[in-house]
Amino acid sequence: MTEKIRKSVSTPEESGAEVVEDISVGKNAHAENLKADLDNLLDEIDSILETNAEDFVNSYVQKGGE
Amino acid sequence: MEEFSRRIYGLENEYGIMCTLKGQRRLSPDEVARYLFRKVVTWGRSSNVFLPNGSRLYLDVGSHPEYATAECDSLLDVVAQDRAGEYILDDLRISAEERLADEGIRGEIHIYKNNTDSAGNSYGCHENYLTSRTDDQSRLSDVVIPFLITRQIFCGAGKLLMTAKGPLFTIAQRAEHIWETSSSATTRSRPIINTRDEPHADAEHYRRLHVIVGDSNMSDYATFLKVGSMACVLRMFENPEIDFRDLTLESPVRAIREISHDITCKKKVKLKNGKEMSALDIQRIYLDKAISYSERFGFTEEETRALQMWEHCVSTIENDPLQLETEVDWVAKYHLVSRYSEKHNISLGDPRCHLIDLQYHDIDPTRGIYYHLRNKNIMKTICSEEQIVAATTTAPATTRAHLRSQFITAAQLKKRDYTVDWVHLKINDQSQRTVLCKNPFKNVDDRVQKLIDSL
Repeated sequence: MTEKIRKSVSTPEESGAEVVEDISVGKNAHAENLKADLDNLLDEIDSILETNAEDFVNSYVQKGGE
Repeated sequence: MEEFSRRIYGLENEYGIMCTLKGQRRLSPDEVARYLFRKVVTWGRSSNVFLPNGSRLYLDVGSHPEYATAECDSLLDVVAQDRAGEYILDDLRISAEERLADEGIRGEIHIYKNNTDSAGNSYGCHENYLTSRTDDQSRLSDVVIPFLITRQIFCGAGKLLMTAKGPLFTIAQRAEHIWETSSSATTRSRPIINTRDEPHADAEHYRRLHVIVGDSNMSDYATFLKVGSMACVLRMFENPEIDFRDLTLESPVRAIREISHDITCKKKVKLKNGKEMSALDIQRIYLDKAISYSERFGFTEEETRALQMWEHCVSTIENDPLQLETEVDWVAKYHLVSRYSEKHNISLGDPRCHLIDLQYHDIDPTRGIYYHLRNKNIMKTICSEEQIVAATTTAPATTRAHLRSQFITAAQLKKRDYTVDWVHLKINDQSQRTVLCKNPFKNVDDRVQKLIDSL
């Protein structure tokens, strides 16, 4: 399930074509695609997250707003 | 009672900010705000400006950058203008980081479109809806509050909450921070709706309904649905032939937390009349009413689209809320956090899970997890990249914002000193010419054209 099934697209034409493809492969396949995409993201996520998670999260202190 | 074929909408988002180096805090929020707004001050000689796209950008209480969209009369414009705010703030971040580097300060700036920090402070996302002056305010509150309390099941942004019983994944960021049903204040008591009466329009005819209770959404779909479903409810409310069932909650403030703490969306909360209903039951009642309204009276094209999305979400939640991962922020975040914790065999209380919760809202497209979902086409979008980029410099064409935009653009080009707010356009010279624009629906005005021509 780690193989990337859908590639990120940027142009409207391509994304339009992709919607059609998703419908044709049916709902279960679509759910599988989504799961695979999320798996890919979870594999990559550590590279975009700060390594020092605890300090980072605790550093995020604001004043109240509104 | 006046019925609007068009309605003015607007969204205000307060952003959270931080500057860190290797995970450690590098600058205070006040200092980060100063760096971020240096470019704004250079451009507009103030940290409180109206931009060429008609929006307002300023530093709010507590050093939060706040972006208020221009007046929109289309839901698509609201989504595009709101997202444009993220692009504008991210541009400020890039400039601020360059300046930090020039001054030899190492660190990276994060800007979050969320509503809570790690210490339990909260800042808001406020919605504005133009309504008729003749509306009965107390009846309006009775009708909209049960709707606003329960819509979190598809509008919530999700929050990993530390409770006395341990970590809990909750639906809404704002649920823990709402203390009153309605009030004229926003900071002290945090009501669900705010009754202060500043319509930014002709006060004889209009009122501005100011909704405080919502979360900031990352998902386009959720933003469209949040504003669009409320637009449907208001349209039904404004029709004198429509009666609403009494769904008054026994304690709205307790109910909002109870609903947020239940990701099945099916636990029942108490109504004032002694009955019990789930958030899903209550949403189903409003939705069914809107569906039959649609058949009898019809909605606008965009409201109809919102109604279809609303029906899709409520029907899916009846089956399994966790299937809404491509539409709803809290569901997308829930999957990320829970699968990450399974994959690494860590608890939801682990700081890495909290980090995912936070980074979901980072508006930097390289660091923000929502933007990764968006760019991989995992989450459904409403606006194209081109529409968003256009909205960073162009105001909605069909409202008063268009006039403000033209005036600001012309005055900047001619290097004239000017002052604007939501209703005034003024040249600061000896003549002190001011044009008052009281009608937010009016996008053409001879007086404004004359003012621009005289520059």
